[in-house]
Amino acid sequence: MSEQEKTEQEKIGKKIIQASELDPKFKYEIIQMHGGEKLLMCFQCGTCTSDCPVARFSDSYRPRQIIRMTQLGLKERVLKSNTLWLCAACFTCTDRCPQGVKVADVIRTLKNIAVEEGYIPPVFKELASSILDTGYAYRIPELRLKKREQLGLPPLPRGNPESLAKLFREMELKKLLEKEGE
Amino acid sequence: MAESQGEIKYLIFLGCAIPYRVSAYELSARKVMEKLGVKLEEMPEFNCCGVPMDPISHEMMMLLAARNLCMAEKKGLNIMALCPGCTGALKKVNTMLKNDKKLKEEINKHLKEDGLEFKGTINVKHLVQVLNEDIGLEKIKATVKKPLTGLKVAEHNGCHVLRPKEYMGFDDPEDPKILKALIEVTGAECLDYMDESQCCGAPVAGVNDRIPLQLTEEKLTHVKEVGAQALITVCPFCHMMFDTNQMRIERLFNEKFGIPTLHYPQLLGLAMGLTPEELGFRELRVKPTELLKQLGLQGS
Repeated sequence: MSEQEKTEQEKIGKKIIQASELDPKFKYEIIQMHGGEKLLMCFQCGTCTSDCPVARFSDSYRPRQIIRMTQLGLKERVLKSNTLWLCAACFTCTDRCPQGVKVADVIRTLKNIAVEEGYIPPVFKELASSILDTGYAYRIPELRLKKREQLGLPPLPRGNPESLAKLFREMELKKLLEKEGE
Repeated sequence: MAESQGEIKYLIFLGCAIPYRVSAYELSARKVMEKLGVKLEEMPEFNCCGVPMDPISHEMMMLLAARNLCMAEKKGLNIMALCPGCTGALKKVNTMLKNDKKLKEEINKHLKEDGLEFKGTINVKHLVQVLNEDIGLEKIKATVKKPLTGLKVAEHNGCHVLRPKEYMGFDDPEDPKILKALIEVTGAECLDYMDESQCCGAPVAGVNDRIPLQLTEEKLTHVKEVGAQALITVCPFCHMMFDTNQMRIERLFNEKFGIPTLHYPQLLGLAMGLTPEELGFRELRVKPTELLKQLGLQGS
């Protein structure tokens, strides 16, 4: 187990739960969100964790644990945890959950709230700012565009930075990116 | 439908990863589609399908996908995506907006200023689905000029071609058969191996540098165990894991795989009689020298 994972595990799972850190309303926030509707149906069978490819190689990422913590209202612990971002969104858990919980979608709603509260891994900030500037998630180098020509591939369709900037503003994401980028 | 008039026409959706790093997939897909008589038109305007924004804002993901769907509706064409991630986002949002009037109105409010409106008039398919449903195995078989007899390969569908089942649904994620059938029409044999439909790990590569490599290493081990001469993918991200990262994985885990990873249209293209050069074989990191030699072809 790496040092990082060890501290991660201490931070999330192994610490005694204090009644004062429970937010009983948190679960109701999640079930209002797209994909989070079935959260309360989870009865902790563990199919998600046992079938999760990432969990097999991680000592801290456990989808069942994330779902239970969310049901209990351990909001701060869940949102601050780095393990949230280890979900590969392969949807194996979602497809196999006997209770119809969209596990990967619940985890995505948690990521969305984490971002609102200011926790966002740098890689997602980079992707978002590239989309905002170019329409593409990666900044495609000039050399690649020239190579397309050489290969006889048609020119790439262009993005529409103006419209995208408008959408980013409307979704209050531009501010977030600027704030984070400083 | 265009198909009933004998002509199949699609708007090709490239996504971001393919033009950024995986041109050979696009190149070979275009060549193969041309041979099959499928007309491809370019997106009039493009933005990312939305997948990378989903962890940040689900609403933004839906808006980005919806913009692309509106562009296609304006063109009056169905979308064929090469990247399973794009396919997943576009398919999901298309279905959601078609079925949820309130959500559709919300999304349209944001798109109105751009002169766009989601109406729900088009469909989205992945390359594999187009090949299987619109063209069909029989017609593909008829284009095979040089059957790849004697070649043993394995397939890796990639998660988002199959899951979530609710939105993808054209193949069984627990026992996928379509890509296998598409491989076998080329004359090659498609071998079974352990944990075939397991994730390659690519989506977590941005936040963890160890787990994705472990997942890919495990898959390569299983593929090697059954004696496959090549692995066949239909996803740019999976391809980067298996091909671009293969030598790094070999060094890291002190293993030797040497398993060439071909984009499915590259394999089909060879069987159609197209040259490795035309199909972008030059871009492969793990050189399929032995494989081409066995087929009596020169590497590029």
